[in-house]
Amino acid sequence: MKDYEGLMVFAEQRGGKIHPVSYELLGKGREIADKLHVELSSVLLGNQMEEEAKELIYYGADKVFLYDDPGLKEFDLLNYKHNIVKLIREVKPEILLFGATHLGRSLGPRIAVALNTGLTADCIGLSVDEEDNLIQVRPAFSGNILAYIKTSTRPQMSTIRYKVMQKRERDTGRKGETIKKDVELVDSLLTIINKERSGEVNIAEADVIVCGGKGLKSPEDFGILQGLADLLGGVVGCSRPLVDDGWIGKEHQVGFSGNTVKPKLYIACGVSGSPQHLAGMRGADTIVAINNDPSAPIFRVADYGIVGDLYEVVPKLTSEIERRHSK
Amino acid sequence: MTDIIVPIKQVPDMERVKFDTETGTVNRSSASGEINPFDLNALEAAVQIKEKLGGTVTTISMGPPQAESALRDALSRGADRGILLVDRAFAGADTLATSYTLASAIRKLGRFDLILCGEKTVDGDTGQVGPEIAEWLSIPHVAYVSEIKEIGEKLAVICDMEGDRYLIESGLPLLITVTKDINTPRLPAFADKLKARKAEIEKWTAEDLSSVAELSKFGLKGSPTRLTKVIVPSEEGRKGEIVRGNPEETAVRIVDALKEDGILESVK
Repeated sequence: MKDYEGLMVFAEQRGGKIHPVSYELLGKGREIADKLHVELSSVLLGNQMEEEAKELIYYGADKVFLYDDPGLKEFDLLNYKHNIVKLIREVKPEILLFGATHLGRSLGPRIAVALNTGLTADCIGLSVDEEDNLIQVRPAFSGNILAYIKTSTRPQMSTIRYKVMQKRERDTGRKGETIKKDVELVDSLLTIINKERSGEVNIAEADVIVCGGKGLKSPEDFGILQGLADLLGGVVGCSRPLVDDGWIGKEHQVGFSGNTVKPKLYIACGVSGSPQHLAGMRGADTIVAINNDPSAPIFRVADYGIVGDLYEVVPKLTSEIERRHSK
Repeated sequence: MTDIIVPIKQVPDMERVKFDTETGTVNRSSASGEINPFDLNALEAAVQIKEKLGGTVTTISMGPPQAESALRDALSRGADRGILLVDRAFAGADTLATSYTLASAIRKLGRFDLILCGEKTVDGDTGQVGPEIAEWLSIPHVAYVSEIKEIGEKLAVICDMEGDRYLIESGLPLLITVTKDINTPRLPAFADKLKARKAEIEKWTAEDLSSVAELSKFGLKGSPTRLTKVIVPSEEGRKGEIVRGNPEETAVRIVDALKEDGILESVK
């Protein structure tokens, strides 16, 4: 264990752009690295990524290990794994962090097994104990409990949820080193035939969500919620029954079987608040609930609750915000 | 002919399970066990492939003796064979040890074309066991599959990655983890339930896997991650203010409050 030192952050890129979760991990990583008096490095795989490697330094990395090759332009599971595992065996960081994105949660487990080490999924908190071991905090049981986890092997690996950690201020004066590594290509076995944007709303990343539930009387009434959402620069969400009834696409669904969201503001309109729904939105910073049933469970998680008819309250809320904006 | 393996987990019914806020424990006896809902999608996808191409569907579960009922449920939904990995030596496993144990059982089974897993479980929520099994077996995997486009000599699947849809082609063997979008699981017919009740569930112990596995990698011993503390988060961080009055008054109060909290400024 003594051979292992320092932190490493996997820098995720798609289409040549760094995913913001990587900057967030560098922010948290910097804090822990400073506390442990060790180095913070990052590993980046892609094609023609030298400028982006500098960005990783601006956001807190001391060193960037860059694997630059046309073959690494898109996510290639086995080639990413092969090169990262080789690097970890060489550099031996004591902590290795991934964003808990689809990519990170697909790649991380393979690297953990290849290195025969522990991996903690979807963390929302990271700190170190008095013996410099990593304490990883993660929700389990659909968000009903928070588990604190330590890892006895090295590196200690975690995937960290997006939009939980704080990135640092971008500092173009920060000095660091980009180390170009030789790329080894193996048979990738998986071929990407096509890639398309689904064009769907990305509710998981929205700052404001105005969510409709069974209190809505017809699909057209989403227009009322959309008006409020547009005003706040947000998107419309819904609870599961409305998707099941075909009123709105599944990409809008908030809840355990839909999307887990973490907006700054969540306005639940006519949503009763089933455990499955709460599991998907209890991470919101501020929750406003409008429901005509005072016993609706949604009120128990709300910062502000209005017992009333959404058809009366939402238009008033919209016009009140408009009125203040125009002042 | 396609031989498919579906690892499944028995989980508590999340609608009924109770949590002890004081001790931070999960009262597993408060809810009956059921097949992890995401695994039902994997099982359904496997049965659909079998119906189209022929072959077999084998379900494997690691768990306590009562997990046998989850395997019977899987049989009633179209699986041909159920294997329960049951041994005290398997207890206390994290995802590394769980995936190792399941991968060892798959190795012992021998031939397979495809392994289908649910995206994650509703209790652990990790989504790690599927990709980890693939690594132990040195086969490729595709996670977050929402559609199987083609299956034959090769497989073409749609993999969803946060708004990007990748069409990915692979040879076999392959492991995929499926999302809930892939299908709607069927309900078992009554006759199939009766048949499954009488079917044999094979039980394998750690010793049964000794020819393909290192026993020290099972269970708690093989698990590098340790749970040190559990808390049940309360909602007490919430303000919980109920705003009263007519719609106009409540709207004014809410906007005032959101302004005071700095929310309206931060979202614009």
